[in-house]
Amino acid sequence: MIDIQSIITIILVVLGIIFMAAGSIGMLRLPDFYSRTHAVSMSDMLGIIFVIFGLVIYEGFTQSSAKLILVIFFIALANPVGTHALARAALKKGINPFFNDKENEESET
Amino acid sequence: MDQFFLYSAVALTIIIAIPVVRVVKGPTVFDRLLATNAIATKTIVLICLIGYIFNRIDMFIDITLAYAILGFIGSLVIAKYVSSPRLKRGEHD
Repeated sequence: MIDIQSIITIILVVLGIIFMAAGSIGMLRLPDFYSRTHAVSMSDMLGIIFVIFGLVIYEGFTQSSAKLILVIFFIALANPVGTHALARAALKKGINPFFNDKENEESET
Repeated sequence: MDQFFLYSAVALTIIIAIPVVRVVKGPTVFDRLLATNAIATKTIVLICLIGYIFNRIDMFIDITLAYAILGFIGSLVIAKYVSSPRLKRGEHD
């Protein structure tokens, strides 16, 4: 007999792993650097929040669950800041975004 | 429940192995940095799951915090270093 904490944990962890798989496949298949930043930043962030929140519910009300919530807050601050710094560095270095026009064919890679 | 954490850790390992392709064949240096950033943020979750497999989450959560801080600082410093203008030898500012 599985209690209700384990059921909520299983649902949240599976949902988070699905989101992280979407992020990884987007990392592989999107055509441009600036569109790959979306795949890393947003979907990974949502997947990590789902998985660690499921672990918090499985843990209960202890010190470790407080530290897990701290990990959620730190990653929610750090991951968009790091991705934004990388995108800003790329824009400063002169990497052009990908357009689907005829005029900008040289900026495809 | 232990088996569920084991299977989800295996699935997460396969998901982590996918951006290595982008690290190897990325066209610019920023793609490689972005892929390593993605690998670092997913490894945090993997370390938490390994802590639940070994029933020692009180120890592994500290490793997770240290790993998160180190990965964040490394990513920021490398982004700052790559975007800085290139100087020749003996030339200051």
